[in-house]
Amino acid sequence: MPAETVGTWDVIVWGVFPYFMLAILVGGLIWRHKYDQFGWTTRSSQLYESRLLRIASPLFHFGILAVIVGHVVGLIIPKAWTDAVGVSQNFYHFNALLVGGIAGIGTLGGAALLIYRRRTTGPVFAATTKNDKMMYVVLVGAIVFGLATTVISVFEADHTHNYRETVSPWFRSVFLLQPDIASIAAAPLTFKIHTLVGMALFVIWPFTRLVHALTAPIHYLFRPYIVYRGRDKQPASPTSATQRRGWSDVGTSDNAKD
Amino acid sequence: MRVMAQMGMVMNLDKCIGCHTCSVTCKQAWTNRAGTEYVWFNNVETRPGQGYPRRYEDQETWKGGWTRTKSGRLKLKAGGRVKKLFGIFTSPVQPELKDYYEPWTYDYKTLIDAPAGDDFPVARPKSLITGKDTDITWSANWDDNLGGVHELGHLDPIVEAVRRESNEKIKFEFEKTFMFYLPRICEHCLNPSCMASCPSGAIYKRVEDGIVLVDQDKCRGWRQCITGCPYKKIYFNHKTGKAEKCTMCYPRLEIGLPTVCSETCVGRLRYLGLFLYDADLVGAAAATENEQDLYEKQLELILDPNDPMVIAEARKQGIPEDWLDAAKRSPVYALAKIYKVALPLHPEYRTMPMVWYVPPLSPVVDLLRDQGHDAEGAGTLFGAIEELRIPVEYLAELFTAGDTSKITEVLRKLAAMRSYMRGIALGQEPDASIPAAVGMSEEELYEMYRLMAIAKYEDRYVIPQAHREQAHDLEEMGCSLDFDDEVGMYENSPFGEASGTPTPVAIETFNALRDRQTSGEAPSADSLRGRVNLLNWDGTGAPEGLFPTKHQHQGEPK
Ligand code: HEM
Ligand code: SF4
Ligand code: SF4
Repeated sequence: MPAETVGTWDVIVWGVFPYFMLAILVGGLIWRHKYDQFGWTTRSSQLYESRLLRIASPLFHFGILAVIVGHVVGLIIPKAWTDAVGVSQNFYHFNALLVGGIAGIGTLGGAALLIYRRRTTGPVFAATTKNDKMMYVVLVGAIVFGLATTVISVFEADHTHNYRETVSPWFRSVFLLQPDIASIAAAPLTFKIHTLVGMALFVIWPFTRLVHALTAPIHYLFRPYIVYRGRDKQPASPTSATQRRGWSDVGTSDNAKD
Repeated sequence: MRVMAQMGMVMNLDKCIGCHTCSVTCKQAWTNRAGTEYVWFNNVETRPGQGYPRRYEDQETWKGGWTRTKSGRLKLKAGGRVKKLFGIFTSPVQPELKDYYEPWTYDYKTLIDAPAGDDFPVARPKSLITGKDTDITWSANWDDNLGGVHELGHLDPIVEAVRRESNEKIKFEFEKTFMFYLPRICEHCLNPSCMASCPSGAIYKRVEDGIVLVDQDKCRGWRQCITGCPYKKIYFNHKTGKAEKCTMCYPRLEIGLPTVCSETCVGRLRYLGLFLYDADLVGAAAATENEQDLYEKQLELILDPNDPMVIAEARKQGIPEDWLDAAKRSPVYALAKIYKVALPLHPEYRTMPMVWYVPPLSPVVDLLRDQGHDAEGAGTLFGAIEELRIPVEYLAELFTAGDTSKITEVLRKLAAMRSYMRGIALGQEPDASIPAAVGMSEEELYEMYRLMAIAKYEDRYVIPQAHREQAHDLEEMGCSLDFDDEVGMYENSPFGEASGTPTPVAIETFNALRDRQTSGEAPSADSLRGRVNLLNWDGTGAPEGLFPTKHQHQGEPK
């Protein structure tokens, strides 16, 4: 365990701010979900321009989804577990840097192209709100500092620092309500900045267009194609048995198990 | 059997004069809002022509509707569920604004404000999307009448199809040219592919009357429905980021009034009424192998409202008595199923569309008349229908997946009606051989004439009212009281216009009208909520935002 002194600022930033962030994130999402269903949308700009979007959007999105998976693995799975199944530190590190680096560069490239498109395509720029601009600043900040941590790890002479021994234990400890402030206080500055900007991103998340990510339509894979709904939102015909609210399975038989 | 009621429409194309009144009144009612400037829930196309959006019928490009797989199942033409999800970050095929057109207004103020000089001031076109100067290149119907067919007719996907089929070049020589108008709204399909494409499940079909609507709260702007609909009748509101579509004026229908487009139609050519259909058979019918059988299969879905078995089953499903009565008197049922003169638009898309069309006889009649023949005589008309292959083939591509025999049948009925009634009007002995030639009795033909030619208001629209005693929560009315306090203050929410609880359309219109009537001023940018649109500008002053802010010229004399 790294033995560094823990200052007041460390307590505020790593002990208090995370809970503040979580409160805003969760509370904000619940509030927005209740109050603003109508504003909960991707606000797609494909109607205006689609040539650049066709490259930029998938590049960015597939990149960021890979990055998210990387974060989940890196932050949640303790080092002890991977050690136990025989994954060597070097092997893990190499993979994380390679895969994480590719995903990160894809994400950043995608984001850069998205922003370029936003700025240079007249109608898209006209439809860009202040909210969007603020969101992009924080989002790109998080991505850039994230990539910086990766790049620095690559060129670091001795490969001594391992975020899985500093940031990750702190991350897990936050959810156990006993923030391990000493761990993260020992991390290098780039990691700290990346973590901070990341937390800022989650603070603004509920209030930006980013909410669209949280309603990713996975249920599309399972719902019947044709949706019936009563005007009075009651099942109109009491005789049809399998009426879940608005999802009666009639019309096409594509979803029937045959 | 599962009997369901469907509100349907029939349009008699012979009567359409292409005046666009329906489009304009519809726009005033529904889409004169920011984000929907380019949207026409009702549009009228000149055919042959490219349509709106341009060439939307070319499904090899746009991938709308369904296809039948080799194993006989229905599949979205744009791909299955997994493929659609992978393509969600950017829709592989979605029309852009340039496929519709860039909406614009004019810089009218310079006409009044320009300083005296030698040049006439010009009102320049301004884009309603960017607010900048723009060149007008296209509009919702830019395919010109006869002259334009000659120029642009070859771009029509249907013309291409007819050419492929007949393996010869269709020449648009003036004397052979034909044209007619095709008004279009959402088809309120029985098997809607827009709905099937929606990842959120936000598009639904109302159980009571089959109207297809987009739940504005559940729509997340994944914009897959726009690709899904082969008729391109779902539009993306680029301000709210939500999909919008024709609502069949449900607030009017619920109180027994016809839709705005029908009510205002100059040609009085639209019919509204109920179909009863068997919902359990829709899937199988839509998966019929041969495209040319789809029309017949669709007809088979429509149930006879006088059949006691159907009535008993409908009662079991909770369809109210007055609705059953309306179904018996339904003009759309009569035209589609009894007289069989109304046909579905593009049955080959397999969505089972519920807006039907009586194909126009006028191309045939006009050509006959122009060539100096008797355009009303049964003999010449019947002969011409067989002779004039190109109009018939064209209509067949539109309405029967290319089966010319069905179009011929319908046109012969229309021709029979025309010449039989002409005889009567001229005081001749009614010629019973004419209806017999199309397999109808004299009474039947006369009844059809009354419905199609006399077309009284109460015969055209048979609309049962919604049952409010059951409807706890009519779409808008249920909560309209909540908005009383908020009149005038719906504008600001932290995320801009597109957020917060949507204001019901009725409240919004009410406010706009009241503002306009109670103040002599130009509508402020506030009261228009930042929207600048010819349709909500009444000529008083210039609303803020109509002109770019920096239009003061330097060093100009005041
Ligand atoms: C898996 C879930 C997600 C889905 C299905 C999704 C889908 C979409 C779609 C359809 C658009 C609209 C593109 C357009 O037509 O203009 C969009 C835009 C956007 N998404 Fe996502 N997204 C997801 C996750 C995320 C995540 C996790 C982030 C960021 C952390 C993100 C950031 C953005 C941004 C910044 C835009 C705006 C792009 C622009 O400048 O136009 N998305 N997303
Ligand atoms: S015509 Fe209407 S109901 Fe049919 S697929 Fe298109 S939008 Fe959906
Ligand atoms: S109002 Fe009637 S006649 Fe005029 S364009 Fe519309 S459908 Fe045709």
